[in-house]
Amino acid sequence: MSENKAAIGKPIFSLFNIIAGAILLMGGILTILRFTQGLDAVTNLSDYNPWGIWIGFDLLVGVALAAGGFVTSAAVYIFGMKHYHAAVRPAILTGFLGYALVVVALHYDVGRPWRLPYPFIMQRGTTSLLFEVAACVALYLTVLFIEFSPAALEWLGLKRARAIVVKLTILLTIFGVVLSTLHQSSLGALFLIAPSKLHPLWYSPYLPIYFFVTAVIAGLSMVIFESTLSHRFFSHKMDAAHLAEKDTLPLGFGKAAAFVLAGYFIIKVIGISVGNTWHYLATGYGAWYLVELLGFVALPAFLYAVGVRDKNVILIRWTAAWTVLGIVVNRFNICLVAFNWHLPAGERYFPSWMEIGISVFIVTLGIVIYRFIVTRMPVLYEHPDYETH
Amino acid sequence: MSLSRRTFLGWLGAAGITAAGSKANAATTQHFEGYPDAKAVLHDTTLCIGCRRCEAACNTVNNLPPPEKPFTDLSVLDHSRRTTSKTYTVVNRRAGNGDGPVFVKKQCNHCLEPACASVCFVKALTKTPEGAVVYDASVCVGCRYCMIACPFEIPTYEYDSAYSPRVMKCTMCHPRVLEGKLPGCVEACPTEALVFGRRDDLLKIARQRIARRPDKYEDHIYGEREMGGTDWLYLAGVPFDTIGMRTDLGVTPAPELTAGALGAVPMVVGIWPVLLTGIYAMSKRKEKIAAQEKKKAVAEALAEADEEATAKLNDSLEKAKQEKAAAIDKAVKEALEAEAKARAEAAAARAEPAPPDEDDENA
Repeated sequence: MSENKAAIGKPIFSLFNIIAGAILLMGGILTILRFTQGLDAVTNLSDYNPWGIWIGFDLLVGVALAAGGFVTSAAVYIFGMKHYHAAVRPAILTGFLGYALVVVALHYDVGRPWRLPYPFIMQRGTTSLLFEVAACVALYLTVLFIEFSPAALEWLGLKRARAIVVKLTILLTIFGVVLSTLHQSSLGALFLIAPSKLHPLWYSPYLPIYFFVTAVIAGLSMVIFESTLSHRFFSHKMDAAHLAEKDTLPLGFGKAAAFVLAGYFIIKVIGISVGNTWHYLATGYGAWYLVELLGFVALPAFLYAVGVRDKNVILIRWTAAWTVLGIVVNRFNICLVAFNWHLPAGERYFPSWMEIGISVFIVTLGIVIYRFIVTRMPVLYEHPDYETH
Repeated sequence: MSLSRRTFLGWLGAAGITAAGSKANAATTQHFEGYPDAKAVLHDTTLCIGCRRCEAACNTVNNLPPPEKPFTDLSVLDHSRRTTSKTYTVVNRRAGNGDGPVFVKKQCNHCLEPACASVCFVKALTKTPEGAVVYDASVCVGCRYCMIACPFEIPTYEYDSAYSPRVMKCTMCHPRVLEGKLPGCVEACPTEALVFGRRDDLLKIARQRIARRPDKYEDHIYGEREMGGTDWLYLAGVPFDTIGMRTDLGVTPAPELTAGALGAVPMVVGIWPVLLTGIYAMSKRKEKIAAQEKKKAVAEALAEADEEATAKLNDSLEKAKQEKAAAIDKAVKEALEAEAKARAEAAAARAEPAPPDEDDENA
């Protein structure tokens, strides 16, 4: 449609391109440094702190924020909320890109990335929750790829292949929900092995359930957040169905998020009661825990509810961004802040600028690829030659 | 000779267990009493003089890089140290309870059910029947989950290696033990603060020492139960938490901590698709019923409209017919009237002849 016009109208050296280009250049240099000089050259990882922000942010936050794909496709195809159909493709795309970039990021973090398939082809360590995470992420990445493929096939004009994939929609959606349930919760279960290192307020036998429920919250909030950005930057690419969703989607997803956040708040309080960790609330870590619980769980639950009641879409959008930040805070707390809390300050971890640089690089890579795809493939509009599936 | 026979029998036993397909492996979720005849080391901290000869021996037998300060330099004891990728074992000097310093050796404790082995997703770490927890660098991916999992903070990583980083930790000198030799550190210890033997025997020795000198020893063998039990056992004359050893680890073997989460996996795989298909079927059925009802309502509305229209049409047809008939009647009536009038006029014209005749002709 307006593809050519847009391409001609935009200069190569736009602000976005300059900033993105600079970040990608920096990322390229850091990548060379990482893979030629080793982890020591770019990270602050140590024997006490084997996992840094490449696990805390790139893996834990990345996977949680990519949950929009399974949440949206389940809502539309399984729960029958057909009126959000237009949201499925962008959510699947961000999910796919999110998982793909998680796998890219893991190549930086593990010591010998070329051996990443070893758990499947050499020896299967099935007693490890990391094995489950690896297996589910690998399978789910494949599922997301197939789920997204109709958009690419429409773009390429491969009608027969597209028809076959579309027939698999329900099967893929169910498979996707099963895999997401497993690996989202398993990421939390990774920390069950270390009760002596994770602060008692964050350590709970319910960690897997907490991670799964927060993934649903993250998915709902990310879809609102992304649709806000898309409507702002790609509205010229949208068809009537997408444009019409601008306000209905935040209201619907915001309502769901308010409920799930309220439920999460309750099971968190139950967790404190079961662990009987009330007395820790009076400590410094307790204050920070309350910031997370009240500021990033109770508050957004309330704000979402108010926003839905008043049909205040702007409030819902800001709440979605705040909730996404809350997910980042939660994953950082478990992986970095409350982990190794018993160690003296000198032995604690803080990321080097190069670790942060690689994380920023990977996020930027995701945005650039998303932009490339939505300006070309039928993601934010329906291809005129094909019926809705 | 007797040692090699015992080793042989040990191997036979291990082979038998494997051949029988028994799942009595360490690092699984089943209850595990420990391998019979597993070797262990008893570290009596009351006998340790902090000479660091164990460190030197460890460095030599494992071909580790030379240290920054020589092993004879005891000033390194001024700071608390941990294991590193270049040091499998360290001796720390602790204050104890005031009756002079206490020296404590630190190395892998070789758990009966190791957390590191249970979390390794490529089985690079394994518990051997001889007691050692060993590492296979040829399959290790380098995820470092073992370092997260270890409650004793023992495994280390070669972060400085770009192409072949390894997890580094004490092997209990497993190759030497298989040869019938003592672990390097035990062999070098001049005070018998380290004793190597069967775990069961060492536990008996430790209990005897406590029983004989209750004034000298704490009544606790560290490692007997900690984290489900370890193959490195400790005796001390002061409470263990005053010499840098954690006493809050509990007695649960590490694999049990994740057993619940792992057990839930097959349940999710089994029941989730059923539940989701059910929800899908319900929403589909709802949709179908809604569609049917809509169809029915539309059909009814159409039928009603149709009927109404037919009635209206009939009405208007009837009306039209009547109107037509009325019009015909009217026209006939008018025509008849006109004729009658004409006749009357003609009759009148015949009665008075001249002028009307002219008129007629003109017309």
